[in-house]
Amino acid sequence: MDTGTGIRDYAARSREIIRGDPGVRESVTGATIAFDERRRQGYAEVDADAWRRWAEGVKNHTLTHLDRYLAEAEEQLQANGARVHWAADAAEAREIVTGLAARRGVGSVVKGKSMVTEEIDLNPVLEAAGIEVFETDLGEYILQLLEEPPSHILGPALHKSLEQVQELFAERLDTARDGDPDTLARAAREVLRGAFIHADMGITGANFLVAETGTIALIENEGNIRLTTSLPRVHVAVVGIEKLLPRMTDLAGFLQLTARAATGQPIGCFVSLIQGPAADPGDDGPEEVHVVLVDNGRTDVLAHEHAWEALRCVRCGACLNACPVYRQTGGHAYGYVYSGPIGSVLDPGLLGLHEAMPLPFASSLCGACEDACPVRIPIPELLLEWRREAQEEGLTPWKERAALAGLASVTTRPGLYRLAGKIGSRLGATGAARMLPMLGEWSRDRALPRPSPRTFRDLWREGIE
Amino acid sequence: MRVAFFVTCLADHYFADAAADAVRLLRHLGCEVSFPPDQTCCGQPAYNAGRTGEALRMAAHTLDVFGGAPDSTAVADAVVLPSGSCATMVKKFYPRLAASPGGSAARATALAERSWDLAEFIVRRLGVTELGDGLAGRRVAVHQGCHALRELRLETEPATLLEGAGAEVVPWEAEEECCGFGGLFSVKMTAVSAAMADRKLETLPDVDWVVSGDGGCVLHLDGRSRARGDGIEFVHLATALWRGVNGAGGTTGAN
Repeated sequence: MDTGTGIRDYAARSREIIRGDPGVRESVTGATIAFDERRRQGYAEVDADAWRRWAEGVKNHTLTHLDRYLAEAEEQLQANGARVHWAADAAEAREIVTGLAARRGVGSVVKGKSMVTEEIDLNPVLEAAGIEVFETDLGEYILQLLEEPPSHILGPALHKSLEQVQELFAERLDTARDGDPDTLARAAREVLRGAFIHADMGITGANFLVAETGTIALIENEGNIRLTTSLPRVHVAVVGIEKLLPRMTDLAGFLQLTARAATGQPIGCFVSLIQGPAADPGDDGPEEVHVVLVDNGRTDVLAHEHAWEALRCVRCGACLNACPVYRQTGGHAYGYVYSGPIGSVLDPGLLGLHEAMPLPFASSLCGACEDACPVRIPIPELLLEWRREAQEEGLTPWKERAALAGLASVTTRPGLYRLAGKIGSRLGATGAARMLPMLGEWSRDRALPRPSPRTFRDLWREGIE
Repeated sequence: MRVAFFVTCLADHYFADAAADAVRLLRHLGCEVSFPPDQTCCGQPAYNAGRTGEALRMAAHTLDVFGGAPDSTAVADAVVLPSGSCATMVKKFYPRLAASPGGSAARATALAERSWDLAEFIVRRLGVTELGDGLAGRRVAVHQGCHALRELRLETEPATLLEGAGAEVVPWEAEEECCGFGGLFSVKMTAVSAAMADRKLETLPDVDWVVSGDGGCVLHLDGRSRARGDGIEFVHLATALWRGVNGAGGTTGAN
């Protein structure tokens, strides 16, 4: 990673957001609970457990035969007339895209919402090359005006309230201060229609890439991706190498499962299946289609004994929506593009564990994410694996390690344990807090726990009637 | 039915009366209850922190105390814990831990198979759901501990037992949401953890008690609630159920 992340400040930043900007917690909690409720309904309408097991199996097969399917996808894409580029890291991916833009004399770019282009930090280099960039997803467009990164995979601006968007659009697009959501969307559409018509290049990610046919599949609800991929003369799809699916029949299942997991919809309002450029001049569609296949740490994740399971992720956001930790802050607290439960297991693999600390510890291990995940990524177990590695590598505070070593010493010696218990109950709450420094942190936000005046074992000895 | 009672370190020191109520309840239901005196902590704090070595040592100690050997005749028929989280540690995580070097898979599996959370034991093993009417007129909300809910899948058992003790269980929007405790999480990410508790407290319906089978969650919610001055009364499930059997018996509160 050539740009530093803000991950290490997670604890401090989450406190700042919760205390300093309580509207974020309110907006994120409301939006994610609504998404999660729709996901539950979407799952309840089908045999979701069977679908999820099927999807897990397809992804596992694909990931364990990735070399084969990548080669097949490249061959098919080329046969379809698309050009394939391989990027080992973010810098290479940026160079490929800016190189294409320079070669084709691109002055203006429209973009569909894409996490991987956030990951490779694409917009700043395009802008530095004098290219005008328009984010065309409504949420992304709002954030581009605010110069903020996305807070959520699916609803990038869900940490914003309607009032904040009203204020922004009144200032920048001249809408009424009390404009309703339809009015605001119409104002954005006015600007973006012009951008679509004038753009030289459309840049998107991909939800899936089908090896069998070389098909890029994109799911959306706004129609902006359809325009991004069909109006400009060049379409560039930036695709993480884990996005492969073997066959079109697999895609049929994944399109439905992903939509249900993300929003509870049976399928996205728009599904674009892109095979390649327009066959003949004058036909609809771009003159050139380029697919940039990005590694950027993914093969390291794939090689990891446990973390490889996180590569099944289809970026639906269901784990973020289900997560009570994410709900308190939104994505910005995490300091990197992939936030929430999936970010906390993926980022250590993509960036290196040291760079991603303390994200494996940013979880109460409640397990709601695993129940929501359409591809059954065992997120709590993967968090524990990263915690184990962090302990082995000495990446956790020494006081914590010492406290847990002390706990093990005391609890494996029953006599010592009973003595410690007696002392604890004599000391009472504040005395025990003085002995246990961690309770100082506890008492920043909570009253101290009150020990029982006598332990259970005292009561047992005296006889329980 | 011979029950070995695993009080858990937290209940031993913070919910002693509730643990005693669990013993009373088990005896009332016909169990012969023993208390192996050398028991300490199940090791979950070390396990959740990723300290595998310490967790293994603590698990090995617990296996020694509660006799995991499948052919042992000295063991009780069941080991019962008044904590969904610690029960999950023994039932679900000991077998995983035992797969690590130095683990003892056979003993861990044997203990896992005969260990129970209190509510789980009463409903699924003893087949009891009707306890009495001592809680008649009580409005209660149930806080589901995450491990009990998502690992042991005790989705209905606590509410069923409370209703079987005469209580009115009031639906709670955030019933299945994590309270934010998570052991070490509550002191490492203290602001997020407290905000999670706030979400629970802010959505709580009008009830007499909040009842939970997990002492850790109760400590956390009660600590946050007292800091906010909410005046909410938290009651351990064991105490609530014993009061259901016994009318005025038992005690309430986090102590």
